[in-house]
Amino acid sequence: MEKIEAVIQPSKLDAVKDALVEIGIEGMTILEARGHGRQKGHTEFYRGREYTVDLLPKIKLEMVVPDELAEKAVQAILSSARTGKIGDGKIFRSKIDDAIRIRNDERGPSAL
Amino acid sequence: MRRHTLSLLLVLTLCCSPILFAQTPAAPSASDRISKLESQVAQAQSSADNAWMLTSAALVLMMTGPGLALFYGGLVRKKNVLSTMMQSFAMMAIISVLWALLNYSLAFGPGTSLIGSLHNVFLRGVGLTPDPDYSATIPLQTFMIYQLMFAIITPALVTGAFAERMKFSAMAAFLTLWSIVVYSPMAHMVWGKGGLLNASLGGRFPCLDFAGGTVVHVTSGVSALVCALYLGKRVGYPKEPSPPHSVVLSFIGACLLWVGWFGFNAGSALGSSPLATSAFVNTHFGAAAAALSWALAEWIRNGKPSALGAISGSVAGLVAITPAAGFVQPMSAIVIGLVAGAFCYFMVVKVKSWFGYDDSLDAFGVHGAGGTIGAIMTGLFASSLINPIFKDAKTGATLPSGAIEGNWHQVLNQLVGISIAWVISIVGTLILLKIVDLAIGLRVTPEEELEGLDLTQHGEEGYDFAS
Repeated sequence: MEKIEAVIQPSKLDAVKDALVEIGIEGMTILEARGHGRQKGHTEFYRGREYTVDLLPKIKLEMVVPDELAEKAVQAILSSARTGKIGDGKIFRSKIDDAIRIRNDERGPSAL
Repeated sequence: MRRHTLSLLLVLTLCCSPILFAQTPAAPSASDRISKLESQVAQAQSSADNAWMLTSAALVLMMTGPGLALFYGGLVRKKNVLSTMMQSFAMMAIISVLWALLNYSLAFGPGTSLIGSLHNVFLRGVGLTPDPDYSATIPLQTFMIYQLMFAIITPALVTGAFAERMKFSAMAAFLTLWSIVVYSPMAHMVWGKGGLLNASLGGRFPCLDFAGGTVVHVTSGVSALVCALYLGKRVGYPKEPSPPHSVVLSFIGACLLWVGWFGFNAGSALGSSPLATSAFVNTHFGAAAAALSWALAEWIRNGKPSALGAISGSVAGLVAITPAAGFVQPMSAIVIGLVAGAFCYFMVVKVKSWFGYDDSLDAFGVHGAGGTIGAIMTGLFASSLINPIFKDAKTGATLPSGAIEGNWHQVLNQLVGISIAWVISIVGTLILLKIVDLAIGLRVTPEEELEGLDLTQHGEEGYDFAS
């Protein structure tokens, strides 16, 4: 089982969710986040003083998927989240030791 | 048979006539009816005046809560939102009780030219009959409660200077004392019987201050500056910007202030009269014009007009028109607004950073500066056509009011009033801050300041969206 974390532009959330559902991934956690990579922030004015807002709104998706689906999930996210501009975001993959369904203590890939 | 019936009817009518006449008293004379009519007309006028005045009092209270509470609350960081709003609310509670017990008497009781007396403590003598010196058509209690709302908002305005760093206990103690030592004398001098600056009741230096440009805005704004300097800057100021956590709240607050200000200014006509109309109209145009000039100044300087700038501009205009509202022509109100918006923008954006004081919410930049410039412009633009306030003592003829009518001397009188407001504010505030500082200390600790006043002073959080 692999965990896939994707930080994307908030405007791409619907497209990414739809793409993931289409390949059979329905379980995911979505967080509202702030952050930046190489993307510059924007300037705001407060009482005549200019200041830079570095932390930009992002959406982070987290999902744990069976190994066979991991690369397909990554491709789905890449094609639906990409705009071609700086600020598109990043995807991270890691190995997961176990997954447990709380309702009935089911464990392993069938719990996904 | 018919002739007998007719005669019978005639006799019966004649017999009944004394009874008929006995049921109605003698018809009232013309002069009786006229005096009855006169008293009914007077009652109708009183009813109209009282209705407007009670409404105005409610509008002015709304300016503090939630108007100012929201305006200030939105400008501070999230961790301090409740404590900021609580400061305004505390004034609503404390100043109200204190007004009834003491301060009304100090401000409006008969006394000297500088202060009232204890004559009306516990609202003694403040009943439902009018006091002609203040207003002949409304119950004195209406006048008292209306003035109370001004007494509430004035110290609440001061809280803008020390937002995010003053202890709640120290704020409550300081502003309670301040309302006695600074507000009550100033209110007495401008509006009280025998007041030194009272233009309507023959003060020696008649200062034209229709609704409190000096009494409310100069005192609160200048005292705010003293507080900001005495307490010192917030931790991290000015290097770390502390932007508003919710300009939305401030926006709502500012709009409530604008609407409430109709009660503040038009209610100062103390009646439902054409003068109230003048004040209402001037208030509105002053606000609108100032919003334009601040927004325009920002647009030119920053390339974008901000919502916060526009609403701040409108407040500056409202402040500046306050002393002038019942004295000037509508076109003058527009000029006053345009000037105030630009001037206060300059004060807040340039002058503040030149001197480096941390007037967190620009109480001095908007109220102190706006009130001062508004009071000066009142001397320039006051017109006896709107309000024939000065009359020749012997002939009763109307005298010119302001500079546009040739009375340049009035500008000097305005400066006297403004100077007294500045001096009493500076001296009174410094002394009281020192006293409270020695007694209980004024500032929260740096750790408390970082954690936020909502938690440390009130054990609360403003927003808990997770729950």
